[in-house]
Amino acid sequence: MRDLFAVVMLSGIFGLLSASFFVAMDAVDVAFTEASVGAGIASLLMLTAVTLTGRSEDSERHRPMWALVVVFITGGLLIYGTLDMPYFGSADAPIHLHVAPRYINDSMQETGLPNIVTSVLASYRGFDTFGEVVVIFTAGIGVLALLRVGRRSGIHRVMADSIFYLMHEQHLILRITTKILIPFILLFALYVQFHGDFGPGGGFQAGVIFAAAIILYAMVFGLPTARRVVNRTFVRLLSAAGVLLYGGVGVVTMLNGGNFLDYNVLAGDPVAGQHLGILLIELGVGCTVAAVMVIIFFNFSGRRDNL
Amino acid sequence: MILGLYNYWVVVVLMMIGLYIVIAHGNLIKKIVGLTIFQTSVFIFYISIAKVESASAPILAEGISRYSNPLPHVLILTAIVVGIATVALGLALAVRINEAYGSIEEESIQSKDNQEC
Repeated sequence: MRDLFAVVMLSGIFGLLSASFFVAMDAVDVAFTEASVGAGIASLLMLTAVTLTGRSEDSERHRPMWALVVVFITGGLLIYGTLDMPYFGSADAPIHLHVAPRYINDSMQETGLPNIVTSVLASYRGFDTFGEVVVIFTAGIGVLALLRVGRRSGIHRVMADSIFYLMHEQHLILRITTKILIPFILLFALYVQFHGDFGPGGGFQAGVIFAAAIILYAMVFGLPTARRVVNRTFVRLLSAAGVLLYGGVGVVTMLNGGNFLDYNVLAGDPVAGQHLGILLIELGVGCTVAAVMVIIFFNFSGRRDNL
Repeated sequence: MILGLYNYWVVVVLMMIGLYIVIAHGNLIKKIVGLTIFQTSVFIFYISIAKVESASAPILAEGISRYSNPLPHVLILTAIVVGIATVALGLALAVRINEAYGSIEEESIQSKDNQEC
């Protein structure tokens, strides 16, 4: 397929399909994330990149036969490797015998949260998640360093604004529907953020959904308008503040006499401490993810307006 | 039954499709799409390992005694969001390469590099 637009659309559909795989395999939290990321934000970013780099593929495939040979040999070896693996869905596979029973049996007494995924993510494996949040933050900085656009000169900006105005004046139905939808999307993001302890959801999904609402606004009303609503400096500060909040909770637990990210010492009662700690660090994750997604989108599409 | 391993075969097939795209296509955007397919196959691998027959999603509730393994879910949930962040970084690099070379096809970038030497 030579048209990159179609390629991006197909990859979006693939993202949605894999989200439904995850539901079928009982991983609701993962499916939630994949639906909002794989089908939503990923295809959006790729589309923006395609508008910047040209829509069609020009070059011939190089050495497809050699590539096929490599792929078939690797695939054959991998399939040979799977012959020793436990069968799909078997309950006595080694993976289910090690730490999982402890999470399933004890997490209710230790953290008081019904959603095991959230308690493992935020409490048992808090270090891991901290690392992931820092990686996301670093990627945001990387995109800023690569694509950052300076302020445009006055007359250029006025022209661009008026073009936007004319362009967006026409889509009346789209604009009104967006205006009605955005508050609900934001509200839903907050629900996902704070209800993640009990049902599927949490900081990662909420951050992505929150960013999606702002990106929708920017797409329909134009980037200059969106920049007036969401200040760039504020977003950059927010992305750092999320990481700071996460690390700060860790430092506070250390000052209270526990280990880094040991929430038991945050309040008198260990379970209440766990609740507070998980709520705070999920908030940190949500802030960072939302801010980084908005930064990435603004810089990509800001690049396009400058061309 | 050897057919009980079919989940791994689906994963291997998807992974190899992704690998083929990365090797054989010269367009950088297509390479990134190939990488995301490869990445998704790894996600499916982890989640299919976590699945337990006739078990429920790992959210504790009355009357349910079997849950699927929550640990791979946690790992993949964070990996998806990290994945999109790194994909964005890759796309940003592709955009900058396009600005510097006027193309995102591997061969024309290569030939421009050779001319300068």
